[in-house]
Amino acid sequence: MLRDSRALRVLIVAIGTIAALTSAIALLLLVGGYDVVRALDALWTGSVGSWYAVTSATLVRAIPLMLTGCAVAVAFRAGVFNIGAEGQLLAGGAAAAAIALAFPDTGRVTLLAALLAGILAGGAWAGIAALLRERFGVQEVISTIMLNFIALYGVSLLVRGMLQEPTHAYPQSSTIAEAVRLTRLPGAGRLHTGILIALAIALLMGWLFRNSAAGFRLMAVGESPAAAMSAGMIDVHRTRTMAFVTSGALAGLAGAIEVLGVTYALYEDLSPGYGYTAIAVALLAGLDPWRVMFTSLLFGALEAGAGAMQRDAGVPSTLVAMIEALLILGVVAAQAVRRRRTTHAHVDDAGLEPTT
Amino acid sequence: MRSGFRGRSSPHRPASDPARVTAPPLALALDGISKRFEAVNALHEVSLRVEAGTVHALLGENGAGKTTLMHVAFGMVSPDAGLVHVHGRRVELRSPADAIANGLGMVHQHFSLVPTMTVAENLALGGHGLLRAHTMTDTVRRIADQTGFALEPRALVEDLAVGAQQRVEIAKALARDAQILILDEPTAVLTPAEADDLLHWIRDFADAGNAVVLITHKLNEAMAFADHVTVLRQGHVVHDAPAAQASASELTSAMIGRNAQTRHPPTSPGAPPGETAFVARNVSVRDEQGVMRLHDASLVVREGEILGVAGVEASGQRELLRALAGRVQVATGTVTRPTRVGFVPEDRHRDAVLLDRSLTENVALREAGRRRGRMPWLALRERTERLMREFDVRAPATDAPMRSLSGGNQQKLVLGREIDPESGIAPATGSPEPVGLVVESPTRGLDVLATAEVHARLRAARDAGAAIVLYSSDLDEVLSLANRILVVHAGTVREVSMDRDAVGRAMIGA
Repeated sequence: MLRDSRALRVLIVAIGTIAALTSAIALLLLVGGYDVVRALDALWTGSVGSWYAVTSATLVRAIPLMLTGCAVAVAFRAGVFNIGAEGQLLAGGAAAAAIALAFPDTGRVTLLAALLAGILAGGAWAGIAALLRERFGVQEVISTIMLNFIALYGVSLLVRGMLQEPTHAYPQSSTIAEAVRLTRLPGAGRLHTGILIALAIALLMGWLFRNSAAGFRLMAVGESPAAAMSAGMIDVHRTRTMAFVTSGALAGLAGAIEVLGVTYALYEDLSPGYGYTAIAVALLAGLDPWRVMFTSLLFGALEAGAGAMQRDAGVPSTLVAMIEALLILGVVAAQAVRRRRTTHAHVDDAGLEPTT
Repeated sequence: MRSGFRGRSSPHRPASDPARVTAPPLALALDGISKRFEAVNALHEVSLRVEAGTVHALLGENGAGKTTLMHVAFGMVSPDAGLVHVHGRRVELRSPADAIANGLGMVHQHFSLVPTMTVAENLALGGHGLLRAHTMTDTVRRIADQTGFALEPRALVEDLAVGAQQRVEIAKALARDAQILILDEPTAVLTPAEADDLLHWIRDFADAGNAVVLITHKLNEAMAFADHVTVLRQGHVVHDAPAAQASASELTSAMIGRNAQTRHPPTSPGAPPGETAFVARNVSVRDEQGVMRLHDASLVVREGEILGVAGVEASGQRELLRALAGRVQVATGTVTRPTRVGFVPEDRHRDAVLLDRSLTENVALREAGRRRGRMPWLALRERTERLMREFDVRAPATDAPMRSLSGGNQQKLVLGREIDPESGIAPATGSPEPVGLVVESPTRGLDVLATAEVHARLRAARDAGAAIVLYSSDLDEVLSLANRILVVHAGTVREVSMDRDAVGRAMIGA
């Protein structure tokens, strides 16, 4: 009974979210003087209008969003504001490309090694910020944003130097050998096996959050480092560092999968900001990896539809970026309202909560 | 430059206000205030009349509605019904800023200071216009002169002891020209000597023509320092009379709705102490800032005894307790302790609970750092249910957020979590292990009944063989519970006989 009403509520919220999104998009299109019907039609067709759109556009984009969404959720849960999923994704992509290009003849082995390299590179990239935070007290919001730029220009450098294709004509690497790529799923267009990895990771992370002692520690440290330390005897530094590095590793894996399953080469613009959209994906999911599976689909569809709108109706895709930002604002505001309600429900003697 | 607190007129009060001429000036009047929070009726047509020049004690148990009523007076909670008058003028208080503009000031139980800012900066918060370092400093000096408080403008608030932070809170209210001061359980965090100083200061402040509302549940404070006492119980006014007209037992029965019980039954000797549980040898400890707070402390605590620790604030008892509980690293020396040590810290909200998490998760928090593998949620929920039953924690369900509980119920759950011998990683191991418990001001902010329950639990744990180290800022609490007493003064420990005077002298190093 209770379960039913909860499912119903989730359904209502989901439908409400999509309805609100659509009307917000329509409103912005109207204000911008675009052909609303044509643009919405393109949005629909480009994201969920056909089997091809679902698999090759929406789901392909949902894969990196799902992984980076989980990455952000892991970090945020522990109170680590990792804004650097983008940079960690690029680091992972670059490392995977390097391995895949260096050993084109060993097929599956190279593929696995490349995926592992992506995980390690992403973890290491986040590890820099983790070290700066725990050792020197550098705020991770700042350091991860800075590391994003370093990763972005690092990739720029690579595709013009060490990893540039032999003709030196384009800022990109050579194409990865076919045997080293992630295989495509039969009958599903450009959709590749990366989706299975992403789903497995999301399921695993959600399970760990709910059932494992490590997941519980992560939450406790995020809620109150002082209580985690004092009542839980939890090593706060260690827990935060682990969350940070795990977060980076997941984002790095996303980059590796993108290179090995979609682009087949290292490009400067490997990611259209997946690492940033991931923050919205994770927040909308309430930092729950299981719900990230669905919010990443939503954002995947939005990204796919935005591309189609630009192509077919001449609407700049930045409009959808605005919508995404509005969605985040809405979610954050809703959380604040809910929090306010619960804090006002108690009766006496709590007074003002301590600010720390 | 103003002198003292006297002779200041609020800009919001016309000079010809008839109320001032005809009747004794009523500084603050709350008429028929009602407030509901969802299902809970917090206040039911409560009226409170506070005269200028008086200290008005507001008594009541936790959950009686004292804080909510004062939140109404301070513009933090808007009442469902009722009127607020300040100096005879009807006011609509929509925010604390409105209340401050009307000459009200409130010192909350949990301070609202910015820890990383200086005293001067905290006082300047909420002001307008340009910020000048010398005016800020001057304000602090002026308030310090007025009040006799020792305030160092450039000291960082986070470096100050609790008592000093409280003085900054009061100074902050006075810097905004408060003539009506609301203090929520101000002595709860203070040592007896500090509490006494504060109460005398409150008396003087009121005598200078100001009004003070003193929220408390300490009868003796209300009887000794207040002019008028109002008692709330379950959102109703159950007693409202001059302090001189009420006896302690009348007030107690008004508060708890039954005849007063003996607060401190004399310590039963219990079983003779058993094996050694805690041993500290030449232990020195630094605080978070790296200052050595405890020097060369040695002590032994046996199973089945309560070692009471007394000391004025910041004497090193905090570090001693945390070293014994294994919560801080010792700088030198060694500590041996039972494998499982429960710890009840003084600052519950900060150090003991996850306010936004469920009761089960809060129970699960204990020793989560040592846990491996899966969380046994089913067993943890059962354990939470059992603790709620055994420790009389009144809460709707195990999945209710900790925040929704009253302070007393929160503390009972924390105590249960830390005392319960089955706590720890592998429940029901069967073998009775020595249980160690380190407890810091366990009844801070609790009402009479909850205090008595907490005390009974501690005694029961002691009688069951637990080795307990107890510090409390309330010396009587230490005396009533302890088998032996250790006094910490300026970082050194020394055992003192169970005599109030002897302990008091040792606390001040005499």
